[in-house]
Amino acid sequence: MENYDLIIIGGAAAGLPAALYASRRQIKTLVITENTQGQTGTATTIENYPGFLSISGMELMIKFDEQARAAGATLVYDKVQTLTKKDDIFEIKGTSETYSAKAVIISAGKSPRTIDVPGENELKGKGVSYCATCDGPFFKEKTIAVIGGGNSALEEAEYLSKLAKKVYLIHRRSDFRAEENVVHHVKKIKNIEFVLDAVPKKIIGETKVEAIVVENALSKKETTINLDGIFVSIGYVPKTKWIEGCVELDNYGQIIVNKKCETSTLGIFAAGDITNIRDKQTIIAAAQGVTAALSVYDYLVGKKR
Amino acid sequence: MTENLVYITKENFEAEVKNSDKPILIDFWAEWCAPCRMMEPVFEGMAPKYKGIVKFAKLNTQEEQALAASFAIQGIPSLVLLKDGKEVDRFVGAMPETILAEKLDVALKKI
Repeated sequence: MENYDLIIIGGAAAGLPAALYASRRQIKTLVITENTQGQTGTATTIENYPGFLSISGMELMIKFDEQARAAGATLVYDKVQTLTKKDDIFEIKGTSETYSAKAVIISAGKSPRTIDVPGENELKGKGVSYCATCDGPFFKEKTIAVIGGGNSALEEAEYLSKLAKKVYLIHRRSDFRAEENVVHHVKKIKNIEFVLDAVPKKIIGETKVEAIVVENALSKKETTINLDGIFVSIGYVPKTKWIEGCVELDNYGQIIVNKKCETSTLGIFAAGDITNIRDKQTIIAAAQGVTAALSVYDYLVGKKR
Repeated sequence: MTENLVYITKENFEAEVKNSDKPILIDFWAEWCAPCRMMEPVFEGMAPKYKGIVKFAKLNTQEEQALAASFAIQGIPSLVLLKDGKEVDRFVGAMPETILAEKLDVALKKI
């Protein structure tokens, strides 16, 4: 088992800048990550990351990755199972390897929220999708639904309406979290039909999606809509199940951090969308990663003294 | 060039896939798909390790739309394991090497 000064769990918008700063300060850093794209990687275009007029999320993350490695950080692709503290050393179990470090930054981000209805998991990749950019092109001239009422759901419906024959926008309420001008714009698109106050109950299909059953929130009447694809866009949940009991979480399951990105446990820091920071933006995640790395430096130096 | 990795097109489909003497694992991907790009280093890293056991292959779903449709691909990345031209198992979504290796090893035991 190799010992590191710092292990960063999750290497994307927050974790990679943390690795960059830590490595430049000669902190022996390992990044354990499932991927180096995160939520940023799924954005078609990013036009609000300073220094780039317009860049795809994927390209931006590839640059983050290259820069962190060039600074000397080591990266492994693995899924962390447990994090334990023994004396002053943290032990991190991956799927087969165990790693150890003096300090930890958790920047594992969030994953798409599921609707949790029968058929959803079984038909994932067979018509149920969580990435409109990835899978939209497979539904040219097909009938599909987008589930959700936020900005991203409405933007995805707009994007998909250009490919698909018909798009149902299924939302459990009749008011939207999305901005009014976005809703207004999407309502004018001819091949988008709004299905409101509609709660998904079941996805039907043998080898692929054939229909969705929704229940009207007011009348409780069930309706079956025949379609070929369902794009779920109801936000994200922090990936903190595995760390419950290790650090303090808020009511949303997010890791509580202070201004220095310290968590409730000494030696564990956190950064990015997984924390209770208010705004989930690439640049904020990156900056938080940097703060965490600099706090780790102080922590390690203090410990040496 | 990665060892034990072939690129599938309609021209070589018959020879590389249908007539493959070994099981073949095809990664259905596209340029625009971030999770697919995440799978790239994982897949390419695994290919040499499975030499002689499983042939690793990539299929660009944008350039080979008819082939992708023939496998009823509706979500990418999709990894399809075939033996003698018949589908044995299918794994959907990006995953780290350890998890894919585990799934693949379990599926290979069934063959």
